[in-house]
Amino acid sequence: MQTALSAQPDSFAFDAESEAAIAPILAKYPPGRQASAVLPLLDLAQRQMKRATGSAWVPRAAMDAVAARLAMPPIRVYEVATFYLMFNTRKVGTWHLQVCTTTPCWLRGSDEVTAACRRVTGITGWGETSADGLFTMTEVECVGGCVNAPIIQVNDDCYEDLDAESTVALLEALKRGAPPPMGSMKGRQGSAPEGGPTTLTTIAE
Amino acid sequence: MPKLTVDGIEVEVPPGSNVLQACEAAGFEIPRFCYHERLSVAGNCRMCLVEIEKAPPKPFASCAYPAAEGMVVHTDSAMVRNARRGVMEFLLINHPLDCPICDQGGECDLQDQAMGYGMDHSRYAENKRAVKDKNLGPLVKTVMTRCIHCTRCIRFATEIAGVPELGATARGENMEVGTYVEKALSSELSGNLIDICPVGALTSKPYAFTARPWELRKTDSIDVLDAVGAAIRIDARGAEVLRILPRVNEDVNEEWLGDKSRFAVDGLKRRRLDRPWVKRDGRLAAASWAEAFAAIAARLAGLAGERIGAVAGDLADAESLIALKDLMAALGSANLDCRQDGARLDASRRDFYTFNTGIAGIEEADALLIIGSNPRREAPVLNARIRKRWNGGHFPIAAIGPEADLTYPVSWLGEGPQALVGLQDGSHDFAAILRAAKRPMLILGQGALARPDGQAVLAACWRLAAGLGMLTEDWHGFNVLHTAAARVGALDLGFLPGPGGKGLAQMLDGGVDLLWLLGADEFDISRIGAETFVVYQGHHGDAGAARADVILPGAAYTEKSGTWVNTEGRAQRGFAATQPPGEAREDWRILRAFSDVVGRTLPYGDLAAVRSRLEAAHPVFGRTGVLPRFACTDHSGPPGDPAVLSEAPFVPAVANYYQTDPISRASATMADCAATFVHPVPAAPVPAAAE
Ligand code: SF4
Ligand code: FES
Ligand code: FES
Repeated sequence: MQTALSAQPDSFAFDAESEAAIAPILAKYPPGRQASAVLPLLDLAQRQMKRATGSAWVPRAAMDAVAARLAMPPIRVYEVATFYLMFNTRKVGTWHLQVCTTTPCWLRGSDEVTAACRRVTGITGWGETSADGLFTMTEVECVGGCVNAPIIQVNDDCYEDLDAESTVALLEALKRGAPPPMGSMKGRQGSAPEGGPTTLTTIAE
Repeated sequence: MPKLTVDGIEVEVPPGSNVLQACEAAGFEIPRFCYHERLSVAGNCRMCLVEIEKAPPKPFASCAYPAAEGMVVHTDSAMVRNARRGVMEFLLINHPLDCPICDQGGECDLQDQAMGYGMDHSRYAENKRAVKDKNLGPLVKTVMTRCIHCTRCIRFATEIAGVPELGATARGENMEVGTYVEKALSSELSGNLIDICPVGALTSKPYAFTARPWELRKTDSIDVLDAVGAAIRIDARGAEVLRILPRVNEDVNEEWLGDKSRFAVDGLKRRRLDRPWVKRDGRLAAASWAEAFAAIAARLAGLAGERIGAVAGDLADAESLIALKDLMAALGSANLDCRQDGARLDASRRDFYTFNTGIAGIEEADALLIIGSNPRREAPVLNARIRKRWNGGHFPIAAIGPEADLTYPVSWLGEGPQALVGLQDGSHDFAAILRAAKRPMLILGQGALARPDGQAVLAACWRLAAGLGMLTEDWHGFNVLHTAAARVGALDLGFLPGPGGKGLAQMLDGGVDLLWLLGADEFDISRIGAETFVVYQGHHGDAGAARADVILPGAAYTEKSGTWVNTEGRAQRGFAATQPPGEAREDWRILRAFSDVVGRTLPYGDLAAVRSRLEAAHPVFGRTGVLPRFACTDHSGPPGDPAVLSEAPFVPAVANYYQTDPISRASATMADCAATFVHPVPAAPVPAAAE
C-alpha cells in the first residue's frame, strides 16, 4: 500500500473552492477538536485534485497540507488516509472502476464483469491504470448495493445489474466521455422488481 | 478500593486499576504484548484474556477491563487457556518464526509465550505476508515482517518521546507500522523502542548479530554520559562490553535510557589508552608505569605547590577525585578545578548547585521555568519526566533561551537574562502563573552559568525562586541541571580552588608548570601554556592526551567500581563489568601508586578505605542510592550583582547531544547519529542532465 513516491507533486494548496468549503466544516467542531475534520478535508483535497488534474487522489503534499491546517502530526493524517480505501494514495485514471467482487456480486456474475473490464481497458491486474490513462481498476468489498448485484462504482456513481454486455456498453460510453445515468443497467427503478411491481398491484377498497 | 478475587485469592487494588493489574497484585503473571504499564492502553493483542464470573460468558482483555468490586476472575480456566492458544495461533500466522536469525531470540516475549500457549505445528498452509523493512535511522533496525502490531512503539514515540512520527498505515492484512515517509526517528530516546518492542521487529542496529543474551555477563551499574545517573545494565562477553541496557529506577530514569548512554559502547573499544606514554624529544613514546611516574616525579622535583594544578574531567568518579585532591594537598597545591566549562557555580551551599526538586519530584510540580537549558539534549531522560508531567495536564512551562523543540509546548520568554528581570518585577504574565502555582520549579542550565555574568544569573535565579514561592518548608523548586556526571561529586568534595588557589582560567597560559588532567578534555586545550608539563590521566586518546607530556592510562566507567553523584545530588555506585585494557588501571589506584613514588603515600590502600575517606569528606557518600526530599527555609541566596547581567542570549550547554565526551566522540555509532541528526548532509543534488 506504499505510495509510489516518484509521481508525487511537490506541493499542494487548497484552492478557493476548497477553502470556501473548509470554513463551515471546521466550524462544526469545538475549538481544539479540529482534528475531527480530517476525513472531510481529505475528501476535499481528493476532489480538488480531480478538478485540477483529472485524477482523484490524495498526494502526500495534500496530506501534509491537511495536517498543517488541523495542527495534527502528519503521521496521524497518513494513518487515516491510508486506512480508508476511498482515498486514493496513488494517481488513478479519469474513471476509477471500483469493481465489487464480494460474495453477492460474485454469485451474480462479477467474474464476467471483471473480465469485460479487462477486455475493454486492457488492464491485467488490480490497481493498475490503462495505457490511455482513462481507467483504473480496483477490487473493492461490498459497496452496499447487493440487491442490484453485480456492481461497479465509477468515481462517485454506482452502476448496477451489470453483465458482460452492459459493462462493455458502459465502458464505451465512458470512453466517449458520456457517462450514462447511474443506477440499474437493466432499467429497474431503484431495486424494485424487474418489469414492474409484483405485489401490492391493486389498491384495496 | 475495589476488592476482587483472582483464582481464589482476594486482593484490593487502587481505584482505576484494570483487571490485569489486579491479577498481578494477586501474584499471577498475565501474558501480554500490547499492554505496557507506562503507555496508554491499546487492548489490541488479546493475549491477556481472562475469564470473569457473572459477566457475559466470553474471555475479557484484562488490560482494558476495569477492576470492579466483587469481581471473580479466573486466569487459568479452560476457557482462558483455549482463548490464549487461539490468539497465539493467529499471531503466529504471519509471524516469520525466524528465531534462529533474530536478535530478539532468547529475550523475546513472543518466543516465551509461544512456549506456553503455542502449538507444535501450524494449521496455516497459505503464504505468510511479508512487509518491507523501514529505515528508522542509525540506531533502530527493523524487520517489519516480525511485527505483531501491538502499537507499543507508536504509543512510546507519541506519548513518552514526544515525537509523533510512527504510525500504523493502511489496514487489515496491509497494515504496516512505520513512518510512512522514510525518515530517521528524531528522538534521543529511540533506543527504548528496542526494549519495548515485544518481538524482534525493532532491534539494535549497531548490535545486530553480535551475541545471544545467554552468552552475556550482566553487571548492574550507573550511566555517566550525562548527569542524570540512569540505572544501567552492562552486558559483556569476555573483555568486551557489547551493549548497555537501562534498568528500572523509578526515582531516576524509570525504565528509559538516552541513545548516547545506550549506543556509545563501541567508543569503549576505540582510541583507548592502554599503556603509559612519555614524551621524549617532542614525541610520545611507549613507556612503563615506573618510567611514566619517574618522568612526572622528575618534573615535580623542586616545584612549589602553587605551580602545580589539577583539572577534573566530566566522567571522573568520586574515588579518583578525592585521591587527586588529597595528592594535590600533599604536594602543597590548592589549584584545583572541576568546572571545565567555566560554569560560575557556587559551592558554598549544596542546594545552590543541585537539582533539589528531584527528578521524580518533577511529577509533583505545577509550573516550570527553564533557564538557559535544553533538557532534551542535556538530559533526555529527565526531559521525558517533564513531558510525562506535562501529559498529566495543568503544567504551564516557560523557558528563557533560544527557541527549540523540547517535545512539549513552551512559552518562550526571551533569549537572555533580561527576561529574568521581567519575571522578577512581575511585569511578565508568567510571573503571575508561577506565583499562583503551589509547587513551581525552575531549571537552571549550565548554558546560563558558563558565561561571564554566570554568578549574577545564578543569584538572580535564586532570588526569582525565593520571590515566586518556589522555596517553602515542604518544597524546593530551585534546580541546577548539570551535564557532567562528575560535577556534583566534585563540588561536594570541594574540587575547586582552595584558599589562594587558582581556577582553571588562571592555570592556563602558563599559570602553572605542571597540570594534571584527570580525564579533562572539554576545555580549550590549546590555552595550556607552552611550557606547562601536562600529565593526562584518562582512558581515551582525546584532546587532553594529544597535548600530554605523560599519559597515565586509566579505566573507563565500565571498568571500575566508582561513585558518581548525579545532578540531584544522589550518590550512586557503578561497578566494573570488564577489566581495563592492557596496562590501564583504576584511577584512584594510579594516584595512590604515584603518591607512593613521590613519598607522599595516600592513607588508603583499598576501596573500602577510599570510601571511608569519601564519607569523611562529605556525608552524602555515606548514603548511596537514596535521596531525601528537600525543602528550603533559608532563603538567603548566593551573591551576585544584578547590575552585571548582560544582554547576551543564553547558549545551551550541549549543541551536539551525540558527542559530548571522549567515549561518545570515539564511537562510530555516535558519529553516524551526529551526521544524521546534528549536521545532516543535504541530499546530493540530482545532476541536471541525467547520465
Ligand atoms: S514494531 Fe514492535 S512495538 Fe511496534 S507495533 Fe510492531 S511489534 Fe509492536
Ligand atoms: S456484494 Fe457487491 S455490493 Fe454488496
Ligand atoms: S495486553 Fe491486553 S489486549 Fe494486549
